[in-house]
Amino acid sequence: MNVLPAASQPLNQSVTLCVDAPMRLDSGLELGPLTVAYQTIGRLNAERTNAILICHALTGDQHVIGPHPVTGRPGWWETLVGPGKTIDTDRYFIICSNVLGGCLGTTGPKEINPATGKPWGLGFPVITIGDMVRAQALLLDHLGIERLFCAIGGSMGAMQVLQWAVSYPERVRAVVPIAGSWRHSAQNIAFHEVGRQAIMADPDWNGGDYLNQGTVPRRGLAVARMTAHITYLSEPALQSKFGRKLQDRASITYGFDADFQVESYLRHQGANFVKRFDANSYLYITRAMDYFDLAAEHDGVLARAFQGTKVRFCVVSFTSDWLFPTAESRAVVRAMNAAAADVSFVEVTTDKGHDAFLLDEPEFHDTLQGFLDGAADMFGLPRGLFSGIRP
Amino acid sequence: MTPTGPTGAIRYDLQLIADMVTPGARVLDVGCGEGDLLSYLRTFKQVDGRGIELSMAGVRAAVSQGVPVIQGDADTDLSDYPDGAFDYAILSQTLQATERPRDVLINMLRIADRAIVSFPNFAHWRGRLHLLVRGRMPVSEYLPYEWWETPNIHFCTIRDFLKLCRELDLTVERALALDERGRPERFPANCPIANFMSAQAVFLLARGSRR
Repeated sequence: MNVLPAASQPLNQSVTLCVDAPMRLDSGLELGPLTVAYQTIGRLNAERTNAILICHALTGDQHVIGPHPVTGRPGWWETLVGPGKTIDTDRYFIICSNVLGGCLGTTGPKEINPATGKPWGLGFPVITIGDMVRAQALLLDHLGIERLFCAIGGSMGAMQVLQWAVSYPERVRAVVPIAGSWRHSAQNIAFHEVGRQAIMADPDWNGGDYLNQGTVPRRGLAVARMTAHITYLSEPALQSKFGRKLQDRASITYGFDADFQVESYLRHQGANFVKRFDANSYLYITRAMDYFDLAAEHDGVLARAFQGTKVRFCVVSFTSDWLFPTAESRAVVRAMNAAAADVSFVEVTTDKGHDAFLLDEPEFHDTLQGFLDGAADMFGLPRGLFSGIRP
Repeated sequence: MTPTGPTGAIRYDLQLIADMVTPGARVLDVGCGEGDLLSYLRTFKQVDGRGIELSMAGVRAAVSQGVPVIQGDADTDLSDYPDGAFDYAILSQTLQATERPRDVLINMLRIADRAIVSFPNFAHWRGRLHLLVRGRMPVSEYLPYEWWETPNIHFCTIRDFLKLCRELDLTVERALALDERGRPERFPANCPIANFMSAQAVFLLARGSRR
């Protein structure tokens, strides 16, 4: 018997798509050729039925499993993805691509515009969640995968997987939107606008042309990250972790140093973020989230988006998530019910806030495990897919 | 009627309900608990089943065993579903815990062609005796709650239920009388003696009078 390579080794690669014909964007503009950087883990079975697409969040990337090339740290979903884990790489073939407009190898404002030979900057067309999904579909075409077993994603990833179910219902059997919504709320748009204004107010932003000017709007991007980071946590989590504890000092200094631990923590988060993320990319991706509205595409009636769908859904929310609160997931579930869709919905009790989908939350993992097992059974995916041929 | 299906590890009364469902049907189980009935129906009858459950612990348990269930309330959430979306809507031991049992029944027979409803019969002789002799609310194996902790707010008797079915113009297609352990009695639930003698009842209902 042949000994196959370990299924858990991530394979990082990229492909150039739309070489012959450009991709039409929701804005009406065309983009192409475009490069998509992606990671795959595990093996595609002979029937090509075990592929899971993982969609990353706003500041995530394709490195589901690490080490991350910039930070050297573990992948962003290693708690969940790996051999024998909830998303079992011995059983499923995992694909995760850097989103269109991203800044880690996929075509975006940081990359070179072939027409000018310089970075796109603000010359990059405005993209949508629908465009991101279209690019992922082209990647699947390239990989020879006609139909996904499942598409899974949290936050902006949840938007993408919902868009997958609506745009390509025949190409995906099951969909798991986690901590997401069918549209960005006014509050979410407001927070994103604060982040964008912080970036644009940084003189080093240089009207978006900083890559050609030799500057980087670090301060603006760090502030954007700090603001956003607060929305990813919960008040009780912040309170219990930091309270009003002081950082490396016995008393307050009557100044504007980071007296409080929470200040120091946010500055650290902001400083680390600018090492791996591009400011213009942040503008484009937050804009894509703001524009997302699945109901708008269907005359304002969300249920119509799911009419007649055969996709199996598992909607997950977290009790302390105030960025995408449970009520939003519930509205999505209600619309799915109105279309008599096959839907499960679980609200996980946690004080970790929006970020809970990235953390070790056993209730969430059990839910996902049960759903994936149930869907795999229903779609005839054998449980011990590779158990017989593993060394 | 005796159970004819394979005997999975489900409650006897659930088995009787399962036997009423035709294979391959579309089923909505309202108040499905941890999804035991749905799991059984899916495995042994290949139904396309969904569930609604109020308790999040129940929902998580059901989804973890691969059964599609949403957290929701029979009183408010049934109205989300379109007409005729299911072949059967099942309400097992839940009717008495709903706020508006009448509306729940109406909704069930709007979204499904058939409704299967089971409930404890408050007119069972043991309960009557308990109230008569002790003067206190009956507590038994199948009604295990003290009055101050019970989720049950709208108890009814078999006779009450049949009256409501007539008012709503529903046909009783099947009527099973069950004992305290959920085993079928030799008489049907819509015969006069059942109201006194049976501890629980299971009804298969359809829209419109057909008698």
